[in-house]
Amino acid sequence: MKTLPSKVLRLVISIFAVCTFNFFLFHLIPGDPIRLIARAQKLSPEAVAKMRKDFGLDGTLVEQYFVYLKNLLHGDLGFSFSLKENVSSVVFRALSNTFLLLTVSTLIVVLAGIAIGVYSGSRYGTKKDSSIVLTSLILWSLPTFWVGMLLVFTFGVWFGILQISGITTPNAIYGSYLEYVADIANHLVLPTLTLAIVDIAFFITVTRTSLVEVLNEDFMLTARGKGLGRRAIIWRHGVRNALLPVLTASALYISALVAGAIQVEVVYSWPGMGLLMYNSVLSRDYPVLEACFLISSVVVLTANFLSDLLYRFLDPRVEAGQ
Amino acid sequence: MTIEAIESKSPKTMRLLWQDPLGRLGLILTGFVFAMAVVGPMVFPFDSGQVGKDASSILQAPSSGLLLGTDELGRDVFRQFLMGSRISLVVGLMATLISTVIGASVGILGGYFRGKTDSILMSITDFFLVVPQMPLMIAMGAIFGQNLSIIILIIGLLSWPRTARIIRSQTLSLRERAFIVRAKSLGSTNLRIIRIHVIPHVLPMLISNTILVVAGAILAEATLAFIGLGDPNWISWGSMLHFAFSTGAVGRGAWWYFMPPGVGILLVVLAFTLLGHSFDRIKNPHGGTSS
Repeated sequence: MKTLPSKVLRLVISIFAVCTFNFFLFHLIPGDPIRLIARAQKLSPEAVAKMRKDFGLDGTLVEQYFVYLKNLLHGDLGFSFSLKENVSSVVFRALSNTFLLLTVSTLIVVLAGIAIGVYSGSRYGTKKDSSIVLTSLILWSLPTFWVGMLLVFTFGVWFGILQISGITTPNAIYGSYLEYVADIANHLVLPTLTLAIVDIAFFITVTRTSLVEVLNEDFMLTARGKGLGRRAIIWRHGVRNALLPVLTASALYISALVAGAIQVEVVYSWPGMGLLMYNSVLSRDYPVLEACFLISSVVVLTANFLSDLLYRFLDPRVEAGQ
Repeated sequence: MTIEAIESKSPKTMRLLWQDPLGRLGLILTGFVFAMAVVGPMVFPFDSGQVGKDASSILQAPSSGLLLGTDELGRDVFRQFLMGSRISLVVGLMATLISTVIGASVGILGGYFRGKTDSILMSITDFFLVVPQMPLMIAMGAIFGQNLSIIILIIGLLSWPRTARIIRSQTLSLRERAFIVRAKSLGSTNLRIIRIHVIPHVLPMLISNTILVVAGAILAEATLAFIGLGDPNWISWGSMLHFAFSTGAVGRGAWWYFMPPGVGILLVVLAFTLLGHSFDRIKNPHGGTSS
């Protein structure tokens, strides 16, 4: 039986495994990372030696590993040589911007996706249902970054009505707090829409499949036998039971969401984790790249853990059944 | 059911796919893309060194001589588009091959032997299942370099966990079935049972899953190339979009440059997605990989 403490223990082990994996990925690079950096930055030998010490790269691999773990526990993610700043402060600033983008888009995607999925699933086999299924498959096959480019072209360049770059207008002077919020909202529209167009397909498909399965269960026949109306049957008995599998599936969605966010942030220069990752790839800023991978893994692991907890809370059968 | 039995049934599978409207669309699209990738560059070869002579040749709009205009260096976009289809397909298929071999082996070994083997294999699988794929691919791409075979390896080595999970659960249920228990009591070796009884039975599930992995692998290649981690020596649809975006073709309204590669990716990914779903419905009617 998997109780809460053992779940927490598993989360801790997974996070530890990710940290270890991250260490070996970046420390067993073919060639010496410091030399790679030195070559890119044209550093003197003294600077290289100092950097080796600062990065904790001057001992054996095992010693380096413990220095790395100790630094992590202190929240020290290293120093970014391209931004000349502590990696942790860079990453956490970016993380909050990504969080804003993903919260808004996920809210839209989940609510609209479930609504359309219910509409489609309760009309299973009809023309409307199959056209929604085909549309979802097409949307899910779209490369997110290309959808972004199309929207930039349509609304940013062609009509010129929406902001296509960054999170605020550079050098803007705001008369009030409201204007500031309105500026961010304007910048938020297209990135959100881009993510929503592709990702909505996921929730439509999952909700539809789950609802169709529930509608075929025996208790639905009972509900119909009791003389309940169609609407009541679908919403009170169908949707309520169909939503649990949707929650389980959303764990799979988190990984797709991260991939989508990276692409959207690159297209719209949204100053979040994805853009940070992109820039650190371009400047080969390994400490930042390493931190981006580590932090996004930890966030995804934690989100999976929370959705699992929520699932157990909503469906006591899981606890009793195991 | 042996492998021969499945092979003799494959004309029937094709017919069933053709009868399903979505499956038919998938077959037509796949055939079209393959034909384009094979024949296209032979009829319209692309020379990446053949750049425009003056400023007027840059980002030219389509005309009768240039079907899809020119790019930021004055090169023919139509010929580039045909060439790009090859790399997208090759990377997608090769990466899927790697992913399928690993996923099927891990799944069958774990499900068949259970116990310690299974728990070790499944903790590795679960680790790679929850670690966000795209950041890991980007990190590995940046570390190990931009080379076509390395990109194939990275995508292949990171796409197998779902396959392993699906094949494992199928192997687990097969293991309890009478014919395997009987073969065991008759003294068949494990290798023989896996070869003769397990593999043919997991094959339908493996095929539909594999087709869906191709779609994911092609999207992954396009995304990596767009981020700027493609092989600079080869043109793919993703790398075309990278150059279109980074040289400002979108701002200048050069739709003939950024539309075709995107449509190409959409069509090829859609083709494999439709095929995978349709195959899944035909071969695994009781809840397959796509549900």
